[in-house]
Amino acid sequence: MKRLAVSLGAALFAALLGAALLELGPPAATLAPLVAGTLAQSGVTHPVTAVLLNFRGYDTLLEIAVLLIALIGLTAVARRGEAPAATAAVEPVLTTLARLAAPLMVLVAVYLLWAGAFRPGGAFQAGAVLAAAAVLLHLTRLLPAWATPGTWLRAGLAGGFLLFLAIAAALLAEGALLKYPPAQAGLLILAIESGLTVSLGLILAGLFLFLSEERR
Amino acid sequence: MTEPLPWLILLPLAWATATFLLGPGRGAWLAIAGIAVQCGLTFALAGQLLAEGPQPHAAGGWAPPLGIALAADGLAAVMLLLTQGVALLLALYARGYFAPGDQAARHFWPLAGFLLAGMNALFLAADLFNLYVTLELVGLAAVGLVASGGGAAQLGAALRYLFATLLGSGAYLLGVALVYGAYGTVSIELLLPLVDADVPRAVWFAAALMLAGLMLKTALFPFHFWLPPAHGGAPAPVSALLSALVVKASFYLILRLWLGPFAPLAAAIAWLPALLGSAAILWGSWRAIRAERLKLLVAWSTVAQLGYLFLIFPLIAAPGPALAAGVMQAVSHGLAKAAMFAAAGVVIHVTGRDTVAGVAGVAGRLPLTLFAFALAGVTLMGLPPSGGFLAKWLLIDAALAQGAWALAAVVIAGGLLAAVYVFRVLRQAFLDAPAVEAAHPAPPLLEWTAFALAAASVLLGLRGMELLRLLSVGSAG
Amino acid sequence: MTSGLVFALAGVALFAMGAAGVLLLAELMRRVLAFNIMGSGAFLVLVGLAQRNDVPDPVPQAMVLTGIVVAVAATALALALARRYQALGGRDELAGDD
Repeated sequence: MKRLAVSLGAALFAALLGAALLELGPPAATLAPLVAGTLAQSGVTHPVTAVLLNFRGYDTLLEIAVLLIALIGLTAVARRGEAPAATAAVEPVLTTLARLAAPLMVLVAVYLLWAGAFRPGGAFQAGAVLAAAAVLLHLTRLLPAWATPGTWLRAGLAGGFLLFLAIAAALLAEGALLKYPPAQAGLLILAIESGLTVSLGLILAGLFLFLSEERR
Repeated sequence: MTEPLPWLILLPLAWATATFLLGPGRGAWLAIAGIAVQCGLTFALAGQLLAEGPQPHAAGGWAPPLGIALAADGLAAVMLLLTQGVALLLALYARGYFAPGDQAARHFWPLAGFLLAGMNALFLAADLFNLYVTLELVGLAAVGLVASGGGAAQLGAALRYLFATLLGSGAYLLGVALVYGAYGTVSIELLLPLVDADVPRAVWFAAALMLAGLMLKTALFPFHFWLPPAHGGAPAPVSALLSALVVKASFYLILRLWLGPFAPLAAAIAWLPALLGSAAILWGSWRAIRAERLKLLVAWSTVAQLGYLFLIFPLIAAPGPALAAGVMQAVSHGLAKAAMFAAAGVVIHVTGRDTVAGVAGVAGRLPLTLFAFALAGVTLMGLPPSGGFLAKWLLIDAALAQGAWALAAVVIAGGLLAAVYVFRVLRQAFLDAPAVEAAHPAPPLLEWTAFALAAASVLLGLRGMELLRLLSVGSAG
Repeated sequence: MTSGLVFALAGVALFAMGAAGVLLLAELMRRVLAFNIMGSGAFLVLVGLAQRNDVPDPVPQAMVLTGIVVAVAATALALALARRYQALGGRDELAGDD
């Protein structure tokens, strides 16, 4: 009964909203020309990076906090204790490939970080590749699961966010939250993105490796 | 620090991260110092508002629509005052509540810090998408607090809460997507002149999705199902934070949208929230009257008290004290409910039992805690001179001025029902009970912070006019 | 019909399916997946609708990146909770209450 009501409701909702979207005329206004016109002052030449780190950089600051919260919440419920010893053997071919792939993935991450200023890329993509390298190494048993984070790991997890926060606070001297002086914007964005790449890599890897402790 | 506004967001983020760096269970005094400074900043901001009017702040130095607008007006300042004030007392309470090595305390300080940062950011945001990020910040931090160190039942409550909050923010996000698609901006200020009564149907969908999602997050009847297990099952300081503050954040956002961009659309459905609010008052009170567990009683009382907040919507379009009544109810309930959960926490700590029957004999052993519970009850019942009385009086005043007799009747009935569940606990407390030898002593810090919160909720009624003067700064209502 | 509008319509359908899934599915793992489908639907509407004249707009693209990261965080937290819940109680469904 509930199944039928919810399914019908969802289908009706989709149909009505779909019809409403078809009624909309062409967009009255879009921010694309405004972004293009202001891009020169943003310190980067790729519009998405400019929005993400400069025009709407404050969103990004809060979003890193969301990731940190998820990680803290996850370690709060993850079972603590000794990670169980590996039981099944791993294919030697897989291990060799992982050993080869991991350094290349780090190289790709550095490239993505650097490329973010002028083409698709940036800290999130680079951090995701770093995290994927860590997960790959873990699955081939070259990297053990993480237990409760120690001081250094905590510093690595939070470091990128702290750097971002410190720059945001320092830039208050410019008169507003995260207001980059146009001349230094490119350098500051690169510094923030570099810190974030390391921390995001660790956080995203942690979302997997802290949970993996329960592997049997 | 010339401008307090951005520091109210950066400071809690900084100390939350610092307590994470210090390690599990540490950083209590850092957090308390941080919140104390936030209190000072909020007072500075309120002073600025009274002297100079609303304070806008363009994040990144980019004016909307390109950048993200922040803004502080009277409504935001009142919510900020409530949040920092309650948080300071609850932080002191939590410092005394969590024993060293307590599993639930390992991650309390960083999560509480991020929660406060999220709420402050939410109160100060004037950008619909930025508000989505702050909603998720608040929601995930709250879920993490409920889940920390809990058993299967608590984790089940946390999961239910998580799915409810994600469904709510998902609906909100789809609404934001529709608004951006229709108007090419998410700045509240720029949307104001664009939305009128004959908007495209997609914008009606956006308003409905955003308001419904936020009502789910505010636990308005019939979306309240997730609240009692989550608020009733968490450790007392967490229950108090969630019941006093977190549900008010999404209510604040409903109010912002209702009075702001969606005002031309809202008049058509103004009676619906009041109807649901009335049902919440009756059903929540009934369940509180029937509850066996003490914290569950307090949690069901939250469901009922949240109902009052929604009674104001049919009255809010006309001039009158409806907005003041709603905000006064949010503030006085915030103080009283924090006090009630704090007092319940002391009782449970001392007797070791979370049942209404377990309260028996508490009057002799914990007079101060019981007094705090009773004072908080005075506010919930709406007896003079409490803040709850002022809120309900303003609400009845607004209702009668517009001939809404039914709403006034609901307010009075709700007060009587509240008296039933409050006196149920008080009566039990004065019963003789065999002294429990294994009882823990009550730390004075816990008793006094609970009392301070309760006393503030009552004294609020005497100083309410100053709060309402602050509320009227740049107010849309 | 432009490709942006097609994406937006597909997003509406995905959102409705995902939301129904979150409401109806009992198994926690399936519910988490349903939430992700719902989120993806909202992201498609955000990007597609703004670009319904097929002119790229970087602002919703950046918003969606932010949204994806938030969804990843929520998914990880949900999976961690579900896994611990299952380990403690041996169930992969939430016990029903009233």
